[in-house]
Amino acid sequence: MSKPKGPAKSASKGPGKGKLRLTVPEPSARPGEKTDFSFLKLSKAGEVARPAPDCAYEDTITLKDTLIRVLDEEHQAVGPWNPKASVDELRQGLRLMMLTRTFDSRLVIAQRQKKTSFYMQSLGEEAIGVGQAMSINQDDMCFTSYRQQNILITRGMPLVEMMNQIYSNTADPLKGRQLPIMYSSKKYGFFSISGNLGTQYVQAVGWAMASAIKQDTRISTAWIGDGATAEADFYTALVFAQVYNAPVILNVVNNQWAISTFQAIAGGTSATFAARGVGMGIASLRVDGNDYLAVLAASRWAAERARNNNGPTLIEWVSYRAGPHSTSDDPSKYRPADDWQRFPLGDPIVRLSKHLISLGAWSEQEHQSVQAELEAQVLAAQKEAEQNGTLISGEQRTAADMFDDVYEHMPAHLVAQRQQLGV
Amino acid sequence: MTMIQALRSAMDEMLARDSNVVVYGEDVGYFGGVFRCTEGLQAKYGKNRVFDAPITESGIVGAGVGMAAYGLRPVVEVQFADYVYPALDQIMSEAARLRYRSAGDFTAPMVIRMPCGGGIYGGQTHSQSPEALFTHTCGIRTVMPSNPYDAKGMLIAAIENNDPVVFLEPKRLYNGPFDGHHDKPVVPWSKHALGEVPDGHYTVPLESAKVVREGKDVTVIAYGTMVYVAEAAAQETGVDAEILDLRSLWPLDLPSIVKSVQKTGRCVVVHEATKTSGFGAELLALVQEHCFYHLEAPIERVAGWDIPYPHAQEWSYFPGPGRVGEALKKVMEA
Repeated sequence: MSKPKGPAKSASKGPGKGKLRLTVPEPSARPGEKTDFSFLKLSKAGEVARPAPDCAYEDTITLKDTLIRVLDEEHQAVGPWNPKASVDELRQGLRLMMLTRTFDSRLVIAQRQKKTSFYMQSLGEEAIGVGQAMSINQDDMCFTSYRQQNILITRGMPLVEMMNQIYSNTADPLKGRQLPIMYSSKKYGFFSISGNLGTQYVQAVGWAMASAIKQDTRISTAWIGDGATAEADFYTALVFAQVYNAPVILNVVNNQWAISTFQAIAGGTSATFAARGVGMGIASLRVDGNDYLAVLAASRWAAERARNNNGPTLIEWVSYRAGPHSTSDDPSKYRPADDWQRFPLGDPIVRLSKHLISLGAWSEQEHQSVQAELEAQVLAAQKEAEQNGTLISGEQRTAADMFDDVYEHMPAHLVAQRQQLGV
Repeated sequence: MTMIQALRSAMDEMLARDSNVVVYGEDVGYFGGVFRCTEGLQAKYGKNRVFDAPITESGIVGAGVGMAAYGLRPVVEVQFADYVYPALDQIMSEAARLRYRSAGDFTAPMVIRMPCGGGIYGGQTHSQSPEALFTHTCGIRTVMPSNPYDAKGMLIAAIENNDPVVFLEPKRLYNGPFDGHHDKPVVPWSKHALGEVPDGHYTVPLESAKVVREGKDVTVIAYGTMVYVAEAAAQETGVDAEILDLRSLWPLDLPSIVKSVQKTGRCVVVHEATKTSGFGAELLALVQEHCFYHLEAPIERVAGWDIPYPHAQEWSYFPGPGRVGEALKKVMEA
């Protein structure tokens, strides 16, 4: 009898280099250290070519690893992606970005004062939603995440109405049922925000398919963060968008962070998020999200492509989440405190204002006076909204509003439960 | 008509009547569905209205929510109820709550069709009855027809309803009624009164149960295939059972249940789904709450065992007329 043998070795696979090990990506810096931003694939302003908006998706393959930028280091607009926007358009964009930031900072204070339970800023990401909202039609539908309040602001939803929702007060359009900032407004083409990440991405594609089925001219925009691209619905949406050539703009806002998790954990550093798009056969752009002119140019390109039945576009917006994830978050526990100051793409408001100053269409003085004016506007809206109640004042939507709208008509069991509560 | 033809007729009728109705799912378009429920519809209405979808249940339902928000009335198919799980986030978190969370601003008037149930040697992933997942979800309507006439009328009612509807189709009943006697030949719907289906438009209202057999001894609450199993059990035991086909599972027709149980004083609940936390538990609780002083015996429940649906042991798992008959005799002895 021969000795029992161990498992046969596979000649073709060889011995390897020892034990296997698990890779768990880490950001280059933690609190007290300095982030090495060399992982960002950056391009010089004006350097990236601009294919025609009706190009084949293959013509965008190289764009997945470059960065479309218009504003150079001297704050001049250069290159083929220069949207050649008028001074008035740029001034309007700047004003809306400043309004968004002012609104955010005011509501963070309100949350600290316990007037509301919760808030989420978009500090540093103001250019993206404003620029895209300015590049599409008012009746195109936006399926956003919770960090595109600038789209509602751009589309003209009254600040008071937004605050009424945040305060869940007696005038809350969502009747106190939704967590603050989970806005919904058909009137302003802003789809109901859900807490469940990624779900709206495929819904946006369905909406666009419906528009195509009805031979309409409207398009939709889908919004997702870098972290949520790991959700299955992200890929589901890409498949549907490509298969049915849906008229949709698929936006990925890469702000580098998903709460405490660096975007490498979402798979973003080995291949760009734009690479997911071309990998699925979708025209894809990778754009400086803090360059308002690049946002305008790329959004117009994608909108034109969608509206002319040339299909969907995926846009990775490279930006940085400058503020805490939410009012429940403390970023100093997981990233360097000065990270935003060191982020190579800077602050979108500063960059656009310097560009306008270089054109002689803005000044430090005007900036200060517009800022003061916007603060007064937000404060006035806040005072008006607080007339309708806050968490502190206790004037809230009542339990009587709680049982409606579960179904179109209240079924018997809900009538009984409502009677049981005595409302 | 068979149930397959009746369901197809309902979709045909609604595609013709309402240009906002669209039908899609895996193999639903050109091929006409793996169960033939959509045969010929793409040829008749075009690829814009009836089309094939990629194999992604969350995509199928999620895109449908977006289409419904636009103003269409999607009728989407999940090939087997066993494969609905990837779409649960879209059904539970989105379709079910859209009206509520937007205060009526956005709605999801859509129908999600899915063949369900066992008794076909379908094994673990072609036999399940996941209705309790949906009855537990606020904002969804869950319905299940048991015959061609109801199938067509309920599907038209579901498509016209402005709430999202999970439409469960017992595939064991697609071609003929089935009473659990797997050793006997199946009689086709053409030899059954409920196989008589009108050609045009009609509805069977949701939230309406139907007494399919009047009786005075005990109320059997059943739906889907179990309606015929209960009829066979009553016949074979001689117990004068009143059999209620629930049709709409949730929201349901509580007055019909209460009226029957208050008359008979006894109740047996029957379903194919597994027992623990199954929909039967809710039915038991409702009967106990509303009929306590009329009850002459503890309420009995006959359900699938608390195991994944097996293959070779199909008829030991499936709650057939033998097990239902034992429950009928037991409540009569109490």
